Amino acid sequence: MAVCIAVIAKENYPLYIRSTPTENELKFHYMVHTSLDVVDEKISAMGKALVDQRELYLGLLYPTEDYKVYGYVTNSKVKFVMVVDSSNTALRDNEIRSMFRKLHNSYTDVMCNPFYNPGDRIQSRWALLPVSASSPGGPYFLCPIQSRWALLPVSVSSPGGPYFLCPIQSRWALLLCPIQSRAFDNMVTSMMIQVC
Amino acid sequence: MADEALFLLLHNEMVSGVYKSAEQGEVENGRCITKLENMGFRVGQGLIERFTKDTARFKDELDIMKFICKDFWTTVFKKQIDNLRTNHQGIYVLQDNKFRLLTQMSAGKQYLEHASKYLAFTCGLIRGGLSNLGIKSIVTAEVSSMPACKFQGTMQKGVTDTPNKMFRWILCHRNGRLRRLTKPNIILKT
Repeated sequence: MAVCIAVIAKENYPLYIRSTPTENELKFHYMVHTSLDVVDEKISAMGKALVDQRELYLGLLYPTEDYKVYGYVTNSKVKFVMVVDSSNTALRDNEIRSMFRKLHNSYTDVMCNPFYNPGDRIQSRWALLPVSASSPGGPYFLCPIQSRWALLPVSVSSPGGPYFLCPIQSRWALLLCPIQSRAFDNMVTSMMIQVC
Repeated sequence: MADEALFLLLHNEMVSGVYKSAEQGEVENGRCITKLENMGFRVGQGLIERFTKDTARFKDELDIMKFICKDFWTTVFKKQIDNLRTNHQGIYVLQDNKFRLLTQMSAGKQYLEHASKYLAFTCGLIRGGLSNLGIKSIVTAEVSSMPACKFQGTMQKGVTDTPNKMFRWILCHRNGRLRRLTKPNIILKT
């Protein structure tokens, strides 16, 4: 399961960074920050390496004992970094690639949004929480407790404790995403879920 | 098929709209071309993001210019740039012998004085595209005989463009000689 997703601008400051709040967020911020060096190394080593010479997907940047970090760079030098739980061994390279593709598509949509100034942080009103891998019943997405919508407080016996869930098929859950930045958020969340 | 005409008509209206608002005092006189160019800049940034989504990474500046001349121009104006010249030192000249936005206007020297208004948006488009790909530039256009026009891009090699490069040499202003930096991470502007 993707525990942290970050979008880094070409000047190496974060445009969007989202991680599971159950863990120490600072740790993920630090991991993303250190992974930038590896990304830069891979980009500059492009000329010497014959494989992945002109690809946007950078692959596994570095593994730690609990997590694996994957990277992707766009032609406009915007980097996407994803931190994934190591315990999820069913995750394959193709799935990570497709997640990055979706992230890239969403980022392109944000870029084309006339209300978005390039270089600003990508704002979103919802601090969405990712769902743990073993929640029964398939994909859900979560809303924070501060949400205006009456949530169904369903607790799920999943590792990491109970979460508040609202099913993705519900009508009012869909009403939550009318504008661009929420669409970006939803895309990121669905990506975190799809990995399960 | 109609999207070509749509953009052409919209662009013409945009230019006349900006100039009308200048007459009414909303925009300072003389800033119309800047306004059009800035519009083109923002559009160029978004467009280039969309078009480079599926392409491979660019190797160098020339690669980027070729992309602009071929794929970018084809997608926006349905034709390629006819001639690309460079002096390999940061100056590129893109020549379009039949620029789409000018073909409807005249086939020679008529209305030449108004041509610059209609080229400002495209200059901004190129500048925005290059800026999103990491190249700071100044783009100007010149027309000698419609509908052919030339876009000249001057790439700026600033220290802010490549923060990862280590500048090992600085010009010491005291004795005017080149001195080697001892700490390569410090970048000084002379």
